[in-house]
Amino acid sequence: MTFWSDPFTVVQQWFNNLLATIGFGPIGVRIVGMLVGIVILAVGPMLFTIFLIWVERKVISRIQDRIGPNRVGPFGLFQPFADMVKIFIKEHITPRGADWLPYNLAPVLAVAAVLMVWAVIPFTVTFFGVDLNVGVLFIIAVGSLGEMGIILAGWGSNNKYALLAMFRSVAQLISYEIPLVLCSLVPVMLAGSLNLNDIVKAQEPWFIVTAPATAIIFFIVSLAEIGRAPFDLAEAESEIVSGFNIEYSGLKFGMFYVAEFLHTFTVALIFATLFLGGWRGPGAEQYPILGFVYYFIKVGVVYFLLMLVDGTLPRLRIDQMMNLNWKTLTPISLAVLVVFPLVDKLMAGSPTWLRVLALAGSNLLVLVIGERIGTRRLARAPAEVGSRDRPVARPENVLSQPDSGAR
Amino acid sequence: MLSHWLYIGVFILVALFLPAAAISIAAILAPKKPNALKDTTYECGMETVGPSWAQFKVQYYVYPLFFLIFDVEAVLLFPWAVAYNQLALYGVIEAIIFVLILLGGLIYAWRKGALEWR
Repeated sequence: MTFWSDPFTVVQQWFNNLLATIGFGPIGVRIVGMLVGIVILAVGPMLFTIFLIWVERKVISRIQDRIGPNRVGPFGLFQPFADMVKIFIKEHITPRGADWLPYNLAPVLAVAAVLMVWAVIPFTVTFFGVDLNVGVLFIIAVGSLGEMGIILAGWGSNNKYALLAMFRSVAQLISYEIPLVLCSLVPVMLAGSLNLNDIVKAQEPWFIVTAPATAIIFFIVSLAEIGRAPFDLAEAESEIVSGFNIEYSGLKFGMFYVAEFLHTFTVALIFATLFLGGWRGPGAEQYPILGFVYYFIKVGVVYFLLMLVDGTLPRLRIDQMMNLNWKTLTPISLAVLVVFPLVDKLMAGSPTWLRVLALAGSNLLVLVIGERIGTRRLARAPAEVGSRDRPVARPENVLSQPDSGAR
Repeated sequence: MLSHWLYIGVFILVALFLPAAAISIAAILAPKKPNALKDTTYECGMETVGPSWAQFKVQYYVYPLFFLIFDVEAVLLFPWAVAYNQLALYGVIEAIIFVLILLGGLIYAWRKGALEWR
């Protein structure tokens, strides 16, 4: 195993030998090695976020026909560092009546919930935090912790608007968690394991080929989970006050943004692991560094798609968003769970290519039929929001007012 | 096995510690000049009226109930999904009946109008 084929293992072994020569026992080597690995795996994403902010600003600028940051350093690469220094020395304003513990715990929890996912992601065949046997469940459980952060932020701020925005955000997040969970059942079924490493190894072919409709729904739901356009109505910057984080300032506010950017990338990581074959590719088993490259190419593509959707689609209304989830995505996910195993078990004896073809076909068929039914229902009954007898400023209303208070 | 969960536990502590440390450092670096006007609740320049624990739509209560039902269902389906490759057609059909009952429940709630956002 040379350095160029698997740098992670080589560096790890070199570090362990170094510890042993210093004078640690075998248990000490394991514990110190684990601690250092954890710190690297947790600090890495936090620093990587700075780069992500730059990428995001550049791409969104190009979509909006701007250039984006280009003054500080080459291609504006140092702009996020300058912003970071600025946000570090901003005053922390705590509103009167804020609940100290929830108010301060919320930004910490928001970031921690995203960071924890990185513990179980397999980057290559040899490089991962921990080979957890319930990886998918762990990701879902940790994802719910982010909602906890939002609840604490809205509750602790002592602000009506933060509270209302919290209700909106949490309603959105927990609603979209159901198709997310139902769709992540399909890779688990195909691989027969909750372990992310086993899921990656079982992808022959990639699960996006075997279950395309599930992958599409998972992508849409991921968009909603990170609160990006078209599902960013809970914190629509241009329309309502910022959302549940309205009372935060300084780095506490910054932490919510770090959490958002990192969550976007983490969602791309999860999608690439579950549906795009993770580190799989030609030669990835022998040369883990190649797997790392493949993995980050796949993640980059998903991340770029997420940014593209974010930059181009208009915002949904809250009733449209809830309808999309409860009346389209959830029934389709449930129907997939009915049709998919049935087709799979009926095709049990046939060759692999025929089985994959039948699974993909049935999967897409369910999506198309469900989408047709949903669209026809929407066309039949145009939704109306708000009460009909709401006073509206029309000329006849204004002119017919009795001028009681005039004199 | 135990070392896996030890790893997860330490990772959770580190993940909580990192943002907390960053915020603490920033709190030391940042200026601290609070005054009464600055610390008021932000409502776009308007003065706050009444307590901040406002009333909210009952719809926000109905959706979590559905969430609870479907989440418990997912907990029941995950072991089935793991054992799926060893199951015969019979085991699959049982799970399908379970999912269909839930789909029936969703359609019932739908027809009752519980999913309408008004």
